[in-house]
Amino acid sequence: MHEAAYAFTGYIYPNEAKLLWSVLIVLYPYITGLVAGAFILASLLSVFRVKAVHPTYRLALLTSLSFLLVATLPLLAHLGHPERSFEIFVTPHTSSAMAMFGFVYAWYLMLVLCVEIWFEYRADMVRWAGECKGLKRLIYRIITLWDDDTSPRSVQMDHKIAYAVTVIGIPSAFLLHGYVGFIFGSVKANPYWASVLMPVVFLFSAIVSGIALVLLLYQVTAHLRWKKADMACLDTVGRYLLYALIVDFALEGLDVIHRIYVAEESFDILSLMVTGKLFLTLVIAQVLLGGLVPMLALASTLVFRIPDKTRQWLYVVVSLLVLQGIFFMRWNVVIGGQLFSKSLLGFTTYKLDIAGREGAMVALIIMGLPFIILTVLTWLLPPWVDNDAAPGDHGATDKPEAAAVPAQASAK
Amino acid sequence: MTHDDTLSRRDILKKTFALGSGVFLCTFAVKAAKGESPDPTPAPKGAGDPTGSYKLPNGYEPSAHYYGYGIDLDKCIGCTRCVDACKTENSVSRTEPNFRTWVERYVIRDDDTLEVCSPKGGLDPYPAIEDPGSVAKSFFVPKMCAHCERSPCEQVCPVGATLKSPDGVVLIDKKYCIGCGYCIQACPYGCRYFDESTRTAGKCTLCYHRITRGLRPACAEICPTGARVFGDLREKDGPLAKFLREHRVQVLKPHMGTRPKLYYHNLDKEVR
Ligand code: SF4
Ligand code: SF4
Repeated sequence: MHEAAYAFTGYIYPNEAKLLWSVLIVLYPYITGLVAGAFILASLLSVFRVKAVHPTYRLALLTSLSFLLVATLPLLAHLGHPERSFEIFVTPHTSSAMAMFGFVYAWYLMLVLCVEIWFEYRADMVRWAGECKGLKRLIYRIITLWDDDTSPRSVQMDHKIAYAVTVIGIPSAFLLHGYVGFIFGSVKANPYWASVLMPVVFLFSAIVSGIALVLLLYQVTAHLRWKKADMACLDTVGRYLLYALIVDFALEGLDVIHRIYVAEESFDILSLMVTGKLFLTLVIAQVLLGGLVPMLALASTLVFRIPDKTRQWLYVVVSLLVLQGIFFMRWNVVIGGQLFSKSLLGFTTYKLDIAGREGAMVALIIMGLPFIILTVLTWLLPPWVDNDAAPGDHGATDKPEAAAVPAQASAK
Repeated sequence: MTHDDTLSRRDILKKTFALGSGVFLCTFAVKAAKGESPDPTPAPKGAGDPTGSYKLPNGYEPSAHYYGYGIDLDKCIGCTRCVDACKTENSVSRTEPNFRTWVERYVIRDDDTLEVCSPKGGLDPYPAIEDPGSVAKSFFVPKMCAHCERSPCEQVCPVGATLKSPDGVVLIDKKYCIGCGYCIQACPYGCRYFDESTRTAGKCTLCYHRITRGLRPACAEICPTGARVFGDLREKDGPLAKFLREHRVQVLKPHMGTRPKLYYHNLDKEVR
């Protein structure tokens, strides 16, 4: 029966007829990558003091949190027994790469992101609690734990702690996503996945996607609020995106060259797959549209004088291209890694259903959730930094900048 | 006031941290507690029993055995009665792509082209060989879980639902498995599958319910030519020890470092 239902070519082990990890498992590294990438962009300001990216700082933190909150959903939806998932926490099998997921996740969510955002916003929330009424006021009060100290001393303390947390946060973000790469890279049974470079490649592609997402969101939100996006900021973020893209591209190129040169026993089937079944998603979507075109476009902003308006459009298009490129990079790893048989003699196919538990609808809903969460978060914790004074920026404790720019004020 | 408040915030942080570490430690406490009480049922729970010194109600002592499996490819005639027997014995789905064992047919032509097939694991008839004159050689290869000594499937299971019993059998606790499928990805031999009826992973148990009663697995029992040799590696005069003594054997994908305990006699280089 099954051979009619599950199409395959060549010879595959009979148990391989049904591709196991679906589009939901593609979303998992995609979403955690966005989390880690957005956070690393935020840390550019707070740790490396790249002042120009200031307008994106808080937005990047909130974006990171919004995506982190849904990061477990695709996994849970995919499990055969989601109700048993807590067993990963209660009785983790220490030799398993996947068992640490819960701890890495909890560490990042609780100890890094939430703490960082809390200290970043505390003084503002105290102030907003005074300005607002009703529900919002209550929420601020609860989140600030009824602490209403906004003295310069305590604000400085906040900044110090936020700085310390970011410093811990960078390796944590590396851990969060490098770890996701390790989950795949450590599967020695799968020659397409098994690679020491996998965690590093995952990490850099995460940085690329996170930066692109914030770059896009910053422009979209500025547009929606009828504000002008800060061009200096856009240019700086765009430049970092280019650097990250170059490193990512170089790493993946190294991986490809290595595979071609050593040409192990799996080489024939993998190259057949890359030039055949994965041609559209890998060569076109990931490498060409998601890598080469954005790199050339970004480089052109450095070489040529391009008018602001055009440049802005260029950044929008580049971010979209990069975001789809990284999505297909995850797709190619997760789905591609299961398309060929471990007998190295044939391929199976993957058909993305529209409805159903692991269909495209569920995937779209999961991808939409972070944006809803982000909308709520930006209502509660406005991240905007506008030259013409947004609600979050004036009447601040001491110097207006200090409330929003944590690191410069406190580091050293 | 400012001073106190700063302190109180620090207190909060401290408490949060203490709570967090508390949860973390509890996790390991629970784990340790589970490990302390070996479960005397046929399917040991959770992380299993590290010491391995327990007995089943029928007096069977897992640590007294260490099972392996030999297949003499010269003797396999591709009747695939083993595939059928396994499905029946273990109620494995006949419609889903779920196979605990299957039989592959290899046809190698004079011009070195290779044709491999295993229609429905061997339950369906093998297609007739076209142009028999150009066939250099042809043979059958039964496949099944090798109950690897260093089983990657056991290594990767995040909750310890896959376990290695002290008698060398790799089992899944289906009441514990969360159905993540990581083990299915980790098996280099394609021996695991996702069982829709339980929504967990599934695999060969070496007919654990039979071998713990002194019987052979169904596949070894039914094989009409004696190609399949089940046995205890500890039993020096047993059938498997004899098979290993009298034949030169090979395992599949030895470079994976999984140390399979499924030994083939006369394995061809084309078989993976
Ligand atoms: S053959 Fe596969 S399922 Fe069996 S023990 Fe080895 S890795 Fe696990
Ligand atoms: S599917 Fe079940 S047995 Fe396999 S790794 Fe996941 S929890 Fe373990």
